Order: sequence, then C-alpha cells, then structure tokens
Amino acid sequence: MAEIIGGLTSSHIPAVGNAYAKKMFDDPYWKPFFDGYPPVHGWLKEKKPDVAVVFYNDHGLNFFLDKMPTFSIGAAPSYENQDEGWGIPTIGSFEGHPELSWHIIEGVVGDGFDVCSCQEMAVDHGFTVPVQLFWGDRTENPIKTIPICINTVQHPLASPKRCFEFGKAIGRAISSFPGNEKVVILGTGGLSHQLDGTRAGFINKEFDLMCMDKIVDEPEELAKLSIHDLVREAGAQGAEFILWMAMRGALGDKVAEVHRNYHIPISNTAAGLMLLETRA
Amino acid sequence: MSTHTIQEEIPGTVMFDGRMAMKGYALNKMCFSFNSAVNREAFRKDEEAYMESYGLNEQQKAAIRARNVLQLIDAGGNIYYLAKFAGIFGLSVQDVGAQQTGMTVEEFKEFLRKQGE
Repeated sequence: MAEIIGGLTSSHIPAVGNAYAKKMFDDPYWKPFFDGYPPVHGWLKEKKPDVAVVFYNDHGLNFFLDKMPTFSIGAAPSYENQDEGWGIPTIGSFEGHPELSWHIIEGVVGDGFDVCSCQEMAVDHGFTVPVQLFWGDRTENPIKTIPICINTVQHPLASPKRCFEFGKAIGRAISSFPGNEKVVILGTGGLSHQLDGTRAGFINKEFDLMCMDKIVDEPEELAKLSIHDLVREAGAQGAEFILWMAMRGALGDKVAEVHRNYHIPISNTAAGLMLLETRA
Repeated sequence: MSTHTIQEEIPGTVMFDGRMAMKGYALNKMCFSFNSAVNREAFRKDEEAYMESYGLNEQQKAAIRARNVLQLIDAGGNIYYLAKFAGIFGLSVQDVGAQQTGMTVEEFKEFLRKQGE
C-alpha cells in the first residue's frame, strides 16, 4: 500500500516566485527565508518520495466566483501554471498521478466529502511556489503531484475542524492505495497576513508560533478555532491556515517535528516552514 | 438575507461573503480577466470601454478611475482579483498596503518588519 512518510508546510508568497527566478538566495532580505529550506532538501534526498499531495488555495487563476467549490481535487495527468496577471514568471508543467487522484476522490466521497474533481486544473503560486521551493525545477528530484484546492476566497470557508477531518479522509484514502508510492503531504500558505482593508499589514507572531507548536501534538486544539477566530488572530489571508490543518489531518495521530523556520516579513506575510515525519 | 450567526466585526476587515460576492461580481469578473495579457492591453487602450463591457456600476467605475483600493473593496472587490488590477500598474502588495493604511511604502515596510521583533 502507498505510505505517507511526512508533511511539509510552506508559505506561498508570490514574491518568492520572483526572488527564486532571480536566485536571490543570499540577498539580505531573502536569506533568512531561503536558509530554512536546505534541511528539507536533505530530507527529501534521503527519503525520495514519489508523490506530493498539495493542499493549496487558488487565488483567481483556475476558479472564479461563477463556480467556487469548497474542496476540489486534481485528477489530471499534468497541471499547467499560467499567467496570473501581475508578472511572476510561469514555470513548467507538473506531472500528476491520476490513478491515485481517482482513488482519493472515491475514498473521500465514500467518507462523506463530496468534492469537485478536476481533469483540467491550472495551478497558481499557491501550488507552484512551495513545490519549487522543495523540489527546484524537478529535473534532479522528480516528483508527481496531486493538487487539492480548498476555497479561501469567498466566505463561508470550511472550518479548521472540517479541513482537519478532510485531511484525515485523504490520509485514509492514500494509505489504502494499492501501490508502493511514498507520499508527502504539503500544507501551503499562511501564516498570519492581511492584504486588504485598513488592517492591511497585520501580523501576529505569538499566534503563529502557538499554531506551529500545537499542530505537532495537539492539532485537535487548533480544530476548535473558527474561521472568524483565524481571521481575527491571523489576518484575513491568515485563514489559509486551514490548509495546514488539512495536511496535519492526513498525517495520522503521531508525528515528530524534524525542522521548522519562521521569519517576518516576507512581502506582507509571516513565513512559516515545517517538516513533520509520521510515526507509527 | 443571511441566516448564519452574526459575529462581531473585525476592525479594518471586510469578510468577502456571498453579499460582497454578489455586489462585486462585475468588478471582480473584469479583474479576473486581467490574467490574460491581451485583456490587460485592451484595458490599457480604452479603460472606459473595457469597464462598460463588463457592466461595472458607477461606484465601481469611479473606484477604478481613482485606483483606490479601499473604494474598490467597498464596491465589492475581492483582494485576490484586485491584485491583478494593481499588477497592471506594477504595484506590489506593499504599495497596496501603504495606500490602504495611509502610510508611505517605506513606513508600511517598517511596520511589517517591526512585527517580527
């Protein structure tokens, strides 16, 4: 059966796409951010996962307000990155794993999560930036991907608890897939930030660090938060933390924290990175 | 129209819910179109005609003409789509943040940095 070996979280700030393209790894502004990633690269080289299941949010590339699914799962042989309108360079397409996608879709629908399946799905910075940060251009370290999009554009959003439970259903489905794949789960986005309104620029270090602590051994505590709590404490776009909750749900009961990094600010955001390993 | 529990407002924050999504639909649809370079160019060439073709109301048109983000949000704009509008003018999220908070861009960046201390 396929095996989930761990979880990775990373902010997906669009400016990272530009900084990466310009190789600003040693620039004083960017260094504290990029320096967080090599330990994860080492872990990925050692573990060599085959598939990354990526919880992310679309920011108006694939989905518009005409149709806004709460949970959608990519089921395509490949996924294209496209122009998002404000100038981060587009990067090459991502190989999918449609057999595993359909197995997950069947599993979670059977578990009561009635998802939208997507045989075509353009992926934006929410997906591409973390995959690029972890796997580079994917030539030396190939990785198949399955994008799972959770709506954070239009309220009502699925609650942290619901996303945690959704992640658990995803985890059960992956673990019952008849294959030898090693799978990592990505939770992208966050941490605290707010782009809009007179509270723009809001960041909450204390709350972020609490979330990074509790997501390891006490995710149930974080599942008690409401969306309103998240928006109040982590900012309007800090609600993206629900994607981390879905990741954590998929990892099962016990995990060990292997690595973390936290840095303020990258763009308008508190950038968070974690590497969690599953434990039996 | 809403049947969900009314919660306390969060100062300086607009929850983009169904009410806002209906109010801002035309504006957001226009901004969504700016994913395409051809559409960005069409907007640059004739803003008024472009806004008209998406059926923006007067409040939305005025906010677009003013390049004013708070007015755009008030007219139903969602920040993810508005970012594509801002991108036409090469504005970053720090520029947009500074405009909304009444700070200079340098002050806004310093405000961000200080929250890391």
